[in-house]
Amino acid sequence: MSTDVGQASGPAPAAGARPPRARRQLPVPYLLLVPSAVFMALLFGWPLLSGIMEAFQNPRGGFTLANWERMAGEPRFWEAVRNTLLLTAVVIPIQFVFALAMALLLHAKPKFAGFYFYVWAVPLAISDLAAGLVWLSVFTDLGYLNSVLVNLGLAEHGVSWLNYQNPTSLFLTVVVAEVWRATSLVLIIVVAGMQVIPKDYDEAAQVLGATFWQRLWHVTLPLLRPSLQVALILRTILAFEAFAVAQALTGRNFPLLVGETYEWSVNLQNRAVASAVALVVLGMSMVVAVIYLRALRQPDSVGGAR
Amino acid sequence: MTTVASRPIRVADVELPPVDTAPLRRLRRRRALLQVACIAVTLFMGFPVYLITLAAFSSRQTLNAFPKSLLPSAISTETLNAFLSSTGVLPAFLNSVAIGIGTLALALLIGAPAGYAIARFVFRGRESYQLLLLMTRALPIVVLSIPLAQVFLTAGLYDSVLAVVLVHAALSLPTTILITASVFVSVPRDVEEAAQLFGCTRFEAFRRVVVPMALPGIAAAAIFTFVLSWNEVLAAAVLTLNNRTLPAQVLTSLSDSPLAFRFAGGFALVVPALLFILLMRRYLLNMWGSTIR
Amino acid sequence: MAEVRLRNLVKTYPGGTTRATDDVSLDVEDGEFMVLLGPSGCGKTTLLRMVAGLDLPDSGQVVIGGRDVTYLPPRDRNLSMVFQSYAVFPHKRVRANIGFGLQMRGMSRDKIAEKVRWAAELLQLQPYLDRYPAQLSGGQRQRVAVARAIVMDADVLLMDEPLSNLDALLRLSFRAELKRLVGEIGTTTLYVTHDQVEALSLGDRVAVMREGVIVQCDDPITVYDVPASEFVGGFLGSPPMNFLSGTLAGTNGTVELDLGPEGTRLPAPASLATFRGKPVRAGIRAETIGVSHEQRPDAVRFVVEVFEPLGSAVLITGDLGGQRIKVQAPASFRAEPGDELWLSLECDSLRWYDPDSGVALVGAS
Repeated sequence: MSTDVGQASGPAPAAGARPPRARRQLPVPYLLLVPSAVFMALLFGWPLLSGIMEAFQNPRGGFTLANWERMAGEPRFWEAVRNTLLLTAVVIPIQFVFALAMALLLHAKPKFAGFYFYVWAVPLAISDLAAGLVWLSVFTDLGYLNSVLVNLGLAEHGVSWLNYQNPTSLFLTVVVAEVWRATSLVLIIVVAGMQVIPKDYDEAAQVLGATFWQRLWHVTLPLLRPSLQVALILRTILAFEAFAVAQALTGRNFPLLVGETYEWSVNLQNRAVASAVALVVLGMSMVVAVIYLRALRQPDSVGGAR
Repeated sequence: MTTVASRPIRVADVELPPVDTAPLRRLRRRRALLQVACIAVTLFMGFPVYLITLAAFSSRQTLNAFPKSLLPSAISTETLNAFLSSTGVLPAFLNSVAIGIGTLALALLIGAPAGYAIARFVFRGRESYQLLLLMTRALPIVVLSIPLAQVFLTAGLYDSVLAVVLVHAALSLPTTILITASVFVSVPRDVEEAAQLFGCTRFEAFRRVVVPMALPGIAAAAIFTFVLSWNEVLAAAVLTLNNRTLPAQVLTSLSDSPLAFRFAGGFALVVPALLFILLMRRYLLNMWGSTIR
Repeated sequence: MAEVRLRNLVKTYPGGTTRATDDVSLDVEDGEFMVLLGPSGCGKTTLLRMVAGLDLPDSGQVVIGGRDVTYLPPRDRNLSMVFQSYAVFPHKRVRANIGFGLQMRGMSRDKIAEKVRWAAELLQLQPYLDRYPAQLSGGQRQRVAVARAIVMDADVLLMDEPLSNLDALLRLSFRAELKRLVGEIGTTTLYVTHDQVEALSLGDRVAVMREGVIVQCDDPITVYDVPASEFVGGFLGSPPMNFLSGTLAGTNGTVELDLGPEGTRLPAPASLATFRGKPVRAGIRAETIGVSHEQRPDAVRFVVEVFEPLGSAVLITGDLGGQRIKVQAPASFRAEPGDELWLSLECDSLRWYDPDSGVALVGAS
């Protein structure tokens, strides 16, 4: 491993100061990193701090909790919280089971596996807005699902899936669209994770008498744990941010937290409250990340590696 | 002619039971079921894309009809034309393209050197830097976009292509850095050092030797960034008013637009995805594997 | 405990052009330790995997204990296996690893504990039972793999190059231990290796494979001493068997091997009289050649090219009648490049092969 000399002298010397050596040593790695570090500080760090401050400020700049009160006072807010949590709680398990099943199907190396993988991975690159619109064409009153139902004679005029008077159905359509869209991400992660597992383990388990389900439970899943952990954290945090799906499918009838920040920010022109809602999302994400890290911590199998 | 004989492998001349083909039949049946399951999943994943394409290429008549046929009856570009000529759509489309390209250029410009640094050097803070990158990926964009709108307003950048490029580049930067890092790691160090031995400066060695070998991986990172930017809805919608991107344009006109508009919009947003996955499917697993580690 | 009978096994891997195993038949008797030996790509691992059920043959039959298992999944064959990479589950403790197979079969926890204790004792793993594999050395992990296999009390024990990942010293010591262990337990064993020393040391019989075919299957001494082909002679033994090209000549009752222009002649058995005038190849092992600085009757002239002291013996490479061979001499023997030595090659030690096919000539002993 070539260790460039920059590190020997500790953190990059302050501009102007020269290390008292015969040769001038460029802290090359730090130079390469500086643009990205600066960029991220400006575009991640600053807005983050700014947002936190904004949530607690009144228009004159003083500290206030009024924004939070305003936010909590809206019944739509609590609806959005409930919907977001519910959506996430329902979609995540479905996605993971589905993605795992798909990965196992691919792992069995069927014919045309390459084609299947392509089709199954396509939703990966589809934004949640586009996903919502795609399923809109299916679920809308004059859409394809109702067309099929009517053609098959199962219904007279079809079901009004997206009717706001039918909250369960609204919820289900959003669930379907979200599962459809975001399962690909988990699929890729699981497949990548499976590929790294040497097939010797599974073969040894086979010879030792394990059935398919026993192998899955005792060998495959434990070895997939690190991949699954990362996937869970990323997916859950992303799930909290879903909003365009619901807007595309249901308009304003299914409030979600990020949708509310959008409303507050753009339509109601109240950035302070929007920041407050955004911080709620941030808080939820962090709590969830900590819970996952705790719950899925590896047992003390030193390094956990082979 | 020489007569030779090899020592034959002697096996006992015993009566052996017939070959039991039942397990083989079970196996074949299971593989058939496997195909059926795969086809079912493929239908679920692929059919909606087919439907939106169908919708986008249906005439207004067909779209208003009910029940709709699942088969293409009369392919018409009426809906798509209407969509593209709607106010703001074409400019939004061009904006998205420009922003996408700008984002990938900026992200690579800033991110590739950082990726190179992580790949080739061992320095204090390397681990923490990588941890920081992973953490920023977990940060919800919503938390950044709202304050950034204010920041850009004061900076006079609000509602500009540049603003969105900056945000998108920031969003894709962590992933770009991690992907390019793994790409550079896969380029053997010896080749670079050999070039330096033969008289290249460090930068020349990088340019002549490393870049060609790393190009496919970097191309993958570039396309990934482009698609990320193309699909991004929230920040684009929050940060722009008149210079919208395509998703932002579609989003903001959702409530006012006819169904046909929305279907065509959905299709327009989906097309790059299809192309992207087609091009990138070999790299997909490598890319995700590298960013997870 | 069971015998294994393989009949006409053919397998070609998808995408492959040649057969991995080409109509292979073999019998492994009950309690026998059979070694499959050959260079990489010869089909030995393929054969083992078909016995295990991890790969299925294109045609042919596998019978274990009188029961046809050709297409049965591995778990129904009552086998156990030790893998080259050990495949010890990294997320389970040693105890759980060893007892894994028993756990899968639904044995009660007490019985599992008892059997695990027995296997751990046999392999000296008691102090490590509660550790994770990552905390063990390679050699210890290998013991865990072996313990996990023998605890199953299976009909047949399969081993795929289990020693090849160990360092040389460990390999030597564990080889002896393995032989003793398997001998004690007495299970029918099928062992794959590319290391010919391992094969000779461990096997009751050695099946030498090449390009998908078994070319010889005999006890180690016969395989070493009476190779069925030039390939076998060259593959076994260190150094490999020497091969000399020549024409059979001789008058009246005698048969001789004429090595060429220098007129060097070696004795040949009378049974080869019918091959007089034909080209032939003679094989002889380095250690069976007598060597001396003094010319003795019937000795042939040999010029030293390289002298290598090996510690326990010396290896001399040189020219015999225009052909290069290696000769082994006692450790005290000395010679220098350019020296003239005299070699005594016994007719009994010579093995005869057809120059085109490399196969042993029948009747010539």
